[in-house]
Amino acid sequence: MASAVHELTPAEASAHPPAESIVVRFAGDSGDGMQLTGGQFTLSTALAGNDLATFPDFPAEIRAPQGTLFGVSAFQINFGSTAIETAGDVPDVLVAMNPAALKTNVEALKAGGLIIADEGEFGERNLAKAKYATNPLRDGSLAKWQLLAFNISQLTLDAVKPFGLGNKEALRCKNMWTLGLALWMFDRDRAPIIDWLKAKFAKAPVLAEANIAALNAGHAYGETAELAGPMKQHHLAAAPAEPGLYRTVTGAESISLGLVAGVQLAGVKMFFGGYPITPASAILHHLSRLKEFGITTFQAEDEIAAIASAIGASYAGQLGVTSSSGPGIALKGEAMGLAIMTELPLVIVNSQRGGPSTGLPTKTEQSDLYQAVYGRNGDSPMPVIAARSPADAFDCAIEAVRIAVQYMTPVMLLTDGYIANAAEPWLVPNMDDYAPFPVEFLEEAPEGGFLPYARDEKRARPWVKPGTPGLLHRIGGIEKQLGTGNIDYGAANHQAMTEMRRDKVLGVKVPDQEVELGAAGGKLAIVGWGSTFGPIHQAVRRARKRGLDVSHIHIRHIWPMPGNLGALLKGYEKVLVPEMNTGQLKTVLRDQFLVDARPLNKISGQPFMISEIEAAIEEALA
Amino acid sequence: MNEMTPVAKTLPKDWETDQEVRWCPGCGDYAILKAVQRTMPEIGARPENTVFVSGIGCSSRFPYYMETYGFHTIHGRAPAVATGVKLANPDLDVWIITGDGDALSIGGNHTMHLIRRNLDCQVLLFNNEIYGLTKGQYSPTSHVGTRSPSTPFGSLDRPLTPCAYVLGSGARFVARAIDVNKNLPAVLKAAHAHKGTGFVEIFQNCIVYNDDVFAPFTDKANASGSQLWVEQGKPLLFAGGTKGLTLDTEKLVLKVVDVVDGDWQAAHVIVHEQTNKAIAHMLVEMPFGPFPMALGVLYDDPAPTFESAVVAQNAQASAGKKPDLQKLLSQGQTWQVEKQPHAM
Repeated sequence: MASAVHELTPAEASAHPPAESIVVRFAGDSGDGMQLTGGQFTLSTALAGNDLATFPDFPAEIRAPQGTLFGVSAFQINFGSTAIETAGDVPDVLVAMNPAALKTNVEALKAGGLIIADEGEFGERNLAKAKYATNPLRDGSLAKWQLLAFNISQLTLDAVKPFGLGNKEALRCKNMWTLGLALWMFDRDRAPIIDWLKAKFAKAPVLAEANIAALNAGHAYGETAELAGPMKQHHLAAAPAEPGLYRTVTGAESISLGLVAGVQLAGVKMFFGGYPITPASAILHHLSRLKEFGITTFQAEDEIAAIASAIGASYAGQLGVTSSSGPGIALKGEAMGLAIMTELPLVIVNSQRGGPSTGLPTKTEQSDLYQAVYGRNGDSPMPVIAARSPADAFDCAIEAVRIAVQYMTPVMLLTDGYIANAAEPWLVPNMDDYAPFPVEFLEEAPEGGFLPYARDEKRARPWVKPGTPGLLHRIGGIEKQLGTGNIDYGAANHQAMTEMRRDKVLGVKVPDQEVELGAAGGKLAIVGWGSTFGPIHQAVRRARKRGLDVSHIHIRHIWPMPGNLGALLKGYEKVLVPEMNTGQLKTVLRDQFLVDARPLNKISGQPFMISEIEAAIEEALA
Repeated sequence: MNEMTPVAKTLPKDWETDQEVRWCPGCGDYAILKAVQRTMPEIGARPENTVFVSGIGCSSRFPYYMETYGFHTIHGRAPAVATGVKLANPDLDVWIITGDGDALSIGGNHTMHLIRRNLDCQVLLFNNEIYGLTKGQYSPTSHVGTRSPSTPFGSLDRPLTPCAYVLGSGARFVARAIDVNKNLPAVLKAAHAHKGTGFVEIFQNCIVYNDDVFAPFTDKANASGSQLWVEQGKPLLFAGGTKGLTLDTEKLVLKVVDVVDGDWQAAHVIVHEQTNKAIAHMLVEMPFGPFPMALGVLYDDPAPTFESAVVAQNAQASAGKKPDLQKLLSQGQTWQVEKQPHAM
């Protein structure tokens, strides 16, 4: 099935399989409600049974000055009737709500793709703000694309006129008009959006009605207006999917849910200490609404207090969890060392963003791998897990909880801004499929006496709740004596304790590394971690279809690494590691296994495109 | 924890650990340790239900010497760790041990927020106006001109008044005491009896790096004329009752007045009202020298505590809701895929 908006050239058709998916990007001012439009379009797409992936891309400023280039907010969705694993390389359709949105996004649009522009916003002032000397809708500069320009602003004003809104409020309905048009283009049902609007504006029914009117007007415009050729309705068949109940989920949601599931499986309560930071705050927001699950959330005075309070809660017998992004994780470093030294369970979620320093708060990057694995003073080993997608983050969060409570150790869960914000359909898991791993607190002294730093078969020390008679003890950040946990600066003791902490973490049982796609051995392995899963997987699939000997390996357990990983990598002639950093996993792999892993780096704040990885595969195998 | 079961009364020695105490001989910390160990039986505390949380510094070794649960954390962070402990188990009796550098320099932020939240715990701030464990640098409470390894020509920055800082942060209990003074246990008891953050500044002599810095008011010879121990409902008298504090009603400041023949009413000496925050502010800000050092329970006016508010809100928000995880996972707008829509 070919995309209706772009006739494939014979060359394109032979280079790629026929398009079974369409990429649409909504772009507008940060106040235009593009994220809402995108979110609702996502929902309607999911309800239509298409597989999808999204990429919200918005500025750090909440309401940047109107009409400016840096104030543009965009939302991209890739949906189709086959498995979708990325938000799409190049949009087929660009909806541009003003000149700035057009300027910043049009170059990404596929040649021959469709531009839908709100002509009403292309006045002189907005053109000047977007640094256009002439109006691109009229000067022929958009000739390589198909252009549909109409006055969405005016059409919206007309549609909502009966509701007597002020001009500003009325224009806010523009995004719903646009959404209505998009729903028509892709044959989507309006009912769920109408329900959502009614719920959202329950307290202001006039606004609900106005927005619904705008939505309907946009839809009707598509249906009745005499539009130019490119604007024809088309329908993508539902993607094949495993039967069951589905919902859309963002990474922030699935991590929150996974943490809740994890503490239920462990049979402990959760204490979440957080401090506001983009893009991690959403986890704090989600969990703070779930008190009935025995969760206490605490917005601390700073990042340090957020983790320190979580450590205090773990000491007192709940599972302490904290979450942040790179800069906040740096602040928490010393306290992570305390959790390592006192051997208390703790989960630290790092939603990575572009760095260093404040960096790119709303853009994605994978540049905290070193920080996660090595970023503390002293020899301070800590398990590290990386989620590959919003849906995968659920299982990763459970795994982080399991390791933390079973091994009495802090665990870092890595995600990134892309996973945190992006949405994808999620087959709702059945909790009966998950085996519980109940925590057993030590409640009385074992035979032979109580030692706070005694070890079980996993080298974990006992977890004792203060309040338990007969097990009084003191812990702290000073080096512990083997067994007793008393202060001990002795040379042999420090050697033994350092090795104990190292061996405990290296002894964490992680499953053997599997090959996602391709053979266990061959000419080339593409090794990834985290949110690069989608583009790597698609690129490897396409390359393999063309007969190239390439495999995809995706590492969840960053530390300790799977036991078979070294031998597996040595079975390939070449190892290529695409990362959104300057080569951090690549360096760890070289260090751990003496393999000649080569880097493929992208540090632009944007996810990899499939084509970029495909090109690297071709180059490596040339 | 189990209030119904009668429990054997503890003795001070029951609160001693087997650990060797590692403070310098003559350190004021020993006296504070003894005072705390003497106080615990008197307040009916249970060792298993008591948690001492400390930061870093000489004072912060304290938990190792108390036969209770204890957590020696990291520099400045004891209030944050203690907040997690108390929120996770509000039944625990939490004591924070800290110093002037720990609580007011590196941990100043946490101290402020602990105080404003009013977590139910006791904070014992050992103020020796110096960094002892790092070998004698000046601290945020050192007087201007303190010569130390880091300020060989004298320190330049003005010191902080700990009690004024916490009052400004919204403290509901503020007291002062001296390490070797017999009144220390009574002050500790009052702090413990206060529901909320009980803040106690203890003037503690560092015999090695800042010996006798408090001698102008702690020396026996100077004590009577320079220590004003406040008591609820009693006139603010010192120097054996021959002097008192009155309010200069024109300038709205405190003034020292002579009291003749014990007639403090005639001299308009203020009667201490521990719920009066305005007087508390004046007492803690009085410059020592022209004025005596105000000691004892300077302010005590309980307010709702943080952990009780958290517990109440958690309960309220959970009321009538079943923690059904499967339902939670299935929330939002969902759709059912019945079978493969077309062949793979």
